[in-house]
Amino acid sequence: MIKVEDLRRSFGPIKAVDGISFEVEKGQVLGFLGPNGAGKSTAMKMLVCFLKPDSGTAKICGHDIIKDSIAVRRSLGYLAENAPAYGEMTVASFLTFVCDARGIAPAARKDAIERVINMCSIKNVYHQPIETLSKGYKRRVGLAQCLIHNPPVLILDEPTDGLDPNQKYEVRQLINSMAKDKCILISTHILDEVEAICTRSIIVNRGKIVADDTPAKLKEKHGGTFEEVFRKITR
Amino acid sequence: MSGFTAVCKREFKGYFATPVAYVFLIIFLAAAGYLPFKDRFFDFRQADMRLFFKWLPVLYIFMVPSVAMRLWAEERRSGSIELLFTLPITVWQAVLGKFLAAWFFLAIALALTFPMPITVCYLGDPDMGQIITGYMGALLMAGAYLAVGCFFSALTRNQVISFILSVVACSVLYSIGLPSSIDALNTILPGQLVGAIEKLSFENHFESMQRGVIQLSDLGFFAVIISGWVWACTLILEERKAQ
Repeated sequence: MIKVEDLRRSFGPIKAVDGISFEVEKGQVLGFLGPNGAGKSTAMKMLVCFLKPDSGTAKICGHDIIKDSIAVRRSLGYLAENAPAYGEMTVASFLTFVCDARGIAPAARKDAIERVINMCSIKNVYHQPIETLSKGYKRRVGLAQCLIHNPPVLILDEPTDGLDPNQKYEVRQLINSMAKDKCILISTHILDEVEAICTRSIIVNRGKIVADDTPAKLKEKHGGTFEEVFRKITR
Repeated sequence: MSGFTAVCKREFKGYFATPVAYVFLIIFLAAAGYLPFKDRFFDFRQADMRLFFKWLPVLYIFMVPSVAMRLWAEERRSGSIELLFTLPITVWQAVLGKFLAAWFFLAIALALTFPMPITVCYLGDPDMGQIITGYMGALLMAGAYLAVGCFFSALTRNQVISFILSVVACSVLYSIGLPSSIDALNTILPGQLVGAIEKLSFENHFESMQRGVIQLSDLGFFAVIISGWVWACTLILEERKAQ
């Protein structure tokens, strides 16, 4: 469902993403790992059509990110780093705006909103302006907006960053519950999370893929804990 | 189309979700009402709105950029531009949606100056055609100023810089038609070039509409100016939305 072909992007002399290629199928939860500045977010931004690649391309559900970016954006849900939203809007009006923008018919809107507010546990802040919410709630509102159209592909940039342990557990449960029906790409720094929810992990360093396997197999191959493996590979 | 409507609706409601709309409306209406009277409106003893329309372009130089500055600069600052352009919305739909929402807001501000024509009608027997074409011209000119502001808002994430650049650009586009500017330009540039520059002035095209004359050339001028700046704004966003 995600097919990345030799994707490259530079910022001046810095090669942020340097020819990465991989495929992710339905039912897979791919952990996209790497140290800060490795190119994870840049690669994700290209996959969601926010940033144009210098060369290479990718296909999401068969749609090309360069030639058919609207179809790509329709078929995926994206949670950006820091979960940006319109602070002055209430959660209710924000989710209605996302429904409008995604062309969800008014008849289906109530069900769609009710489904995501229950999934993301945001019912008690539904009428509150987003700027008054805690970081954890803001992130859950971000998750709700990317799930509202029930997309087949999810791209989540650090979905549990800023959440307390209970909230982290809930989000992991949520991702696990959706895993078999969707194709999920997660960027994270929390290595425990990768072992808990990811069926496969790709480690990126200086814009290149340096490891691609299941967390268990990577541990077996390199020896030690997953954190030690990560340090060894990205040193 | 859903993207355009969604952005337009959100943007328009956004003005009223914060004090921005109310602060703008109060200052705009107070200034639009005060300036003609400061110019001895009653002493002219004429039932027309010439003095009101005379000050409007000057007022717009400061007021319209204050509406336009947040359009894109705020999206960049808060990072919500990443959310917006990862929804299935084209850059054109988003730019037009925001532009029309802001233009509609300015139309409301202009409509709220209704006590002025009512006062003129009460005091005398004005030429209503002239007043109506004056308002049409004022709305078109607001659109032109707004398109300029929209472009500069897309250039930066800082609203203050966006505001200053827009004010400077709008001042230039207003003042190049003034006799003092023409005289100054005549001393350094050939006459034909000055004539061409003079035709770019907002004021010249607005003036004939104030007199009740609707010329295709004036309508065309505002249409070209608005679409040109809006198109430039779209180009900037296409290229630099992620920066």
